Amino acid sequence: MGEPVAAALPADPFPRSLWPRVAAVALVVYIFYACAQLEVSWERVATGLHNAARFFSRLFPPNFSRWDLLVKGLSESLEIAVLASALGIVLALPLGLCAARNLMPPWVTWPAKLVIVMSRSFHPVIVAILFVKAVGFGALAGILALTVASIGFIGKLFTEAIEEISLKQVEAIRATGAPFASVLAFGVLPQVFSRFIGFATYQLDSNLRNSTMVGIVGAGGIGGTLFAAFQRFDYDFVCAILIAIITLIMAGEILATAVRAIFIENATLRDLFRRGAAMRRVRHAEED
Amino acid sequence: MLTLRHLSKAYVAGTPVLQDVTLEITARGITAIIGASGTGKSTLIRCINRLVEPTAGEILFEGTDLAKLTGQALRHARRHIGMVFQEYNLVERLTVIENLLSGRLGYVSAWRAWRRKFPPEDIRRAFELLDVVGLAGFAHQRADALSGGQRQRVGIARAVMQEPTLLLADEPTSSLDPKTSVEIMELLAQIARSRGIPVLINMHDVELAKRFADRIIGMKDGRVVFDGRPAELDDAMLTTIYGGRGWLQ
Repeated sequence: MGEPVAAALPADPFPRSLWPRVAAVALVVYIFYACAQLEVSWERVATGLHNAARFFSRLFPPNFSRWDLLVKGLSESLEIAVLASALGIVLALPLGLCAARNLMPPWVTWPAKLVIVMSRSFHPVIVAILFVKAVGFGALAGILALTVASIGFIGKLFTEAIEEISLKQVEAIRATGAPFASVLAFGVLPQVFSRFIGFATYQLDSNLRNSTMVGIVGAGGIGGTLFAAFQRFDYDFVCAILIAIITLIMAGEILATAVRAIFIENATLRDLFRRGAAMRRVRHAEED
Repeated sequence: MLTLRHLSKAYVAGTPVLQDVTLEITARGITAIIGASGTGKSTLIRCINRLVEPTAGEILFEGTDLAKLTGQALRHARRHIGMVFQEYNLVERLTVIENLLSGRLGYVSAWRAWRRKFPPEDIRRAFELLDVVGLAGFAHQRADALSGGQRQRVGIARAVMQEPTLLLADEPTSSLDPKTSVEIMELLAQIARSRGIPVLINMHDVELAKRFADRIIGMKDGRVVFDGRPAELDDAMLTTIYGGRGWLQ
């Protein structure tokens, strides 16, 4: 009589295993070890915050008097980002296609995958340093560095997108007697097109951000100006540069959203404006 | 027209799915292949246009052995064999008219296909055919916006765009409701009649096969166990094909 006892259960539906717990304990131990190793302590954080407050107070008000330098740096960054994205995408498409295991034989996918993995191995700044050594200071090094980054990123995502497509649709196109290139055009690419637009715009966004940074190692763009301003303690100019970069990134973000909406959701330009208006109306309604 | 000689297929060596199938498809009209799931009906159909590689045997189609073809010769042979699929296999993100025109890809160069430059004659025929299958006005809808019956109509129209001399259909009605199934079978019968081509269809539904087919082929365990007119298919034969008899009422 009464409740059945736990021992009567045929099996524990949630068996507990040992190894995840051991791993969790090991992770906690490692975190403490790393803190000790790197001499991270509360005192240092506290003094650091004090210094940071002084630094931030010197950032304001921003100084836009050298706007010509600002515009030159920004437009160079923009050019680097657009060129690197375009070149990267053009190179990544065939490479990503070659790396897709469901379409290509292993002797094609392995070399393609190797190139993509190598493009992804290093941070763009490290690649930029290499290219500065190779082709000298300036925007060309930045373009090449970000092209490599784009190949790695788009190549990998494009390959994954192709490997996830429905082969039934491909089979149907093959059954019509279509040559391989036509099978790609009608059976494969339509299935990955919208995702491709998604990561191409994301990559442009990412390249914009990185193009403001490669200048620090001498590969062109606003980063060089920013770094020089830091070293001369022109903190008000630094602030102006940071504001300009934020503006550029936000503009890129808005553009990317618009492109995605047009290609993926079949929106028209007028829809986009209307959607903005509709959202404002909703916000007003909520406030009322 | 189409002759299969000693066709065999084993996906895993030692466990054949098709065993020594010999068939001749000559007459126009509908030939239905019936049999329980897993008896190799789909494999048989797919071996004919080499979507599945046969392990042994010959596929004689218009005087050539398809089993031996590779590369361009195989592609050219496939142009004349239209195929309709159970799950329609439309390219979901393309429009209806693009799906229809994809039936012409075997005839149009890849360079033109990439630029979407189809001959005006093909485009005119695609719109005519859209009318024939009852989808006039749907040309610019995306395939993923259609219902099952509409999709299968597009699938059939795509196959007919190939100007096939043989039409294969792999369970074309299995994903559809009974009424739509009959409509799709009527459409296939109409195409078989008007174009004077043989249509080879895999089916689950025995009643539908009896109603529409001019000839029925029964398969069991990868072998042909019945080949005759629908009237000759009696309960005893159905028991042989499907096993048991409880389901016969």
